[in-house]
Amino acid sequence: MSTPNPAIESAPATGRWERFRDSYLLYSFKRDLVAQASLLIFVVLVAAAVLAPWLAPMNPYDLAQIDILASELPPFWIDGSESAYPMGTDAQGRDLLSTILYGARVSLIIGFGAVALQATLGVVCGLLAGYLGGRIDAFLMRLADIQLSFSTLMVAIVVGALVKAIFGGATFSTYAVPLLVLIIGLAEWPQYARTVRASVLAEKSKEYVDAARTMGLSSRRIMFRHILPNTLSPIFVISTVQVANAIISEAALSFLGLGMPETHPSLGSLIKSGFDYLQSGSWWITLIPGAVLVLLVLVINLLGDWLRDVLNPRLYKG
Amino acid sequence: MTATATAPARKTPAADAGRPLLEIRSLEKRFSLCGDFLEQLKFKGGRLVREQEYVHAINGVDLDIRRGEALCVVGESGCGKSTVARTVMGLLHPSGGEIRYDGTRIDDLSTKALMPYRRRMQMIFQNPYASLNPRMTIQQTLEEPIRLHHPDWSRQQVCDKVAEVMHAVGIAPDWGKRYGHEFSGGQRQRIAIARALAVDPEFIVADEPISALDVSIQAQVLNLLMDAQRERHLTYLFITHDLAVVEHFGTRVAVMYLGRVCEVAPTATLFATPRHPYTRALLSAIPRLEDDRPQHIRLKGEVPTPVNLPSGCVFHARCPHANARCREEVPALIATDGGARVACHAIEEGRLD
Repeated sequence: MSTPNPAIESAPATGRWERFRDSYLLYSFKRDLVAQASLLIFVVLVAAAVLAPWLAPMNPYDLAQIDILASELPPFWIDGSESAYPMGTDAQGRDLLSTILYGARVSLIIGFGAVALQATLGVVCGLLAGYLGGRIDAFLMRLADIQLSFSTLMVAIVVGALVKAIFGGATFSTYAVPLLVLIIGLAEWPQYARTVRASVLAEKSKEYVDAARTMGLSSRRIMFRHILPNTLSPIFVISTVQVANAIISEAALSFLGLGMPETHPSLGSLIKSGFDYLQSGSWWITLIPGAVLVLLVLVINLLGDWLRDVLNPRLYKG
Repeated sequence: MTATATAPARKTPAADAGRPLLEIRSLEKRFSLCGDFLEQLKFKGGRLVREQEYVHAINGVDLDIRRGEALCVVGESGCGKSTVARTVMGLLHPSGGEIRYDGTRIDDLSTKALMPYRRRMQMIFQNPYASLNPRMTIQQTLEEPIRLHHPDWSRQQVCDKVAEVMHAVGIAPDWGKRYGHEFSGGQRQRIAIARALAVDPEFIVADEPISALDVSIQAQVLNLLMDAQRERHLTYLFITHDLAVVEHFGTRVAVMYLGRVCEVAPTATLFATPRHPYTRALLSAIPRLEDDRPQHIRLKGEVPTPVNLPSGCVFHARCPHANARCREEVPALIATDGGARVACHAIEEGRLD
């Protein structure tokens, strides 16, 4: 019996597992029109934001390029527009298209940065709480409960206001991006921690974890090498939702005046700066960035929904 | 081979031969049924009392496993046989008693001090569908224990070892690139056996390794385990509820009931002359073709709950030979003829032959 059995020799003919998963992803992607459209719009928006310095007609951060006389010009389809400013200009005479591109860049950087921070914190806390259990679990999860009982915006407003009060508005403006990443990142880590903890609890009771323990592997290696890769799909799914949330949070903070300064506007602060002119007829300064923000968040959420369905372990793990 | 010889020289195999490889002494494991402190507080008779309930999974198990033998542990579901296996492997901490491996107490060792023993003892699990990490290739799965226990080995040495164990369990070397889910249950169990053999253990705990497999595959995997035992001089602690497997595989058999060992005997002795009333009932339940066997012994009632253990002998409520002493006094394992040990007052008193 120690010789290989010919019946067992004929192994299943499937290829690599990743290829299988990719092909299933691709298969369902090809059949889902919403997902295709969402991905297309998302890629276009991200590409436009990333390539803003080369795509944008002007640099809105460069005061020398701004012409105050050209302020509040309407977009191209309304009388009185100028061809140099296809989307019109804002109250300071900045080209709205360029400002939106640069603003989307800031929003995306903050969104992804905050999610990276959330995910790192949340995954580490969730793994520790789920795998080690006991007092560590109780402590971390009560911490998460406390964090969850404050709304993200409230934490952000308090921290933002404190920083502004202590270090002054100028310092806040200089470090606005890392500060916003930090604030939004710290406020939302429990989302990840709870999801990861739940997955870890499910994985921990499986025998491959026991096998790793009887081998003598360290807890750290079991957590990060064995359990974490098996909890990735829920992490992946909530990440897409969280990116959209973080962008919204940043926009809300900016709208409240605690986010990006008007000299380096994000989509949120752009909406806010245009809000004052909404009543005076210059609606485009608020509505066009607003539409871009809605579109960006919507396509990310739609992609997240689609991913959640596709990565549902009941459907693809078999 | 008797367990009485205490050889001071540990290293020579000849001197070691007398001592059991693994000694389990009055091992106990209970699991708390209540949650944290607040959930344990209860009102009783107008007073606040702290109440703790436990499931008594194993209650004073004594077992010796001798070098080179396959000790089968049998018993029905919930009798604590898997808990014994998991406690021996250090996956659970015993609530009482001790476990000695090769003369050294291992149940209270730190994770670091346990490492040399981790290499010498390995475990094979029941469910081959859950015991392989779905995100690791077979090569990675097999390399991991080797790299852990032989950090000084070169890449080539590790690969050679993986190829050797893959050959030993009859799986093709080119399977290494694949993932666990691409294989059938029998193939996966071969991989799990290869992983256990990869670090050249001397003692393997197998927790129902074939009960999740297709019947046509069970014999193959069982033969593989027996070949490995012969070629690598392995000692097995084999947990099963399949008595046919025990007859085929086991050197000795331990019968467990409600967390206690009621009979330990060499396989042939046990099957020829079962002594304990529970063992008799268990063996009479094996379906046989021939018609001249004594009638199937029907036990009355159910297995009592392990939360509130019966007093005295755990089997007394269902035993046709129980008397007042059985209800009060816990029977100890006593040696009988044929190398068997039985925990039964009726046999000790000669009421039962």
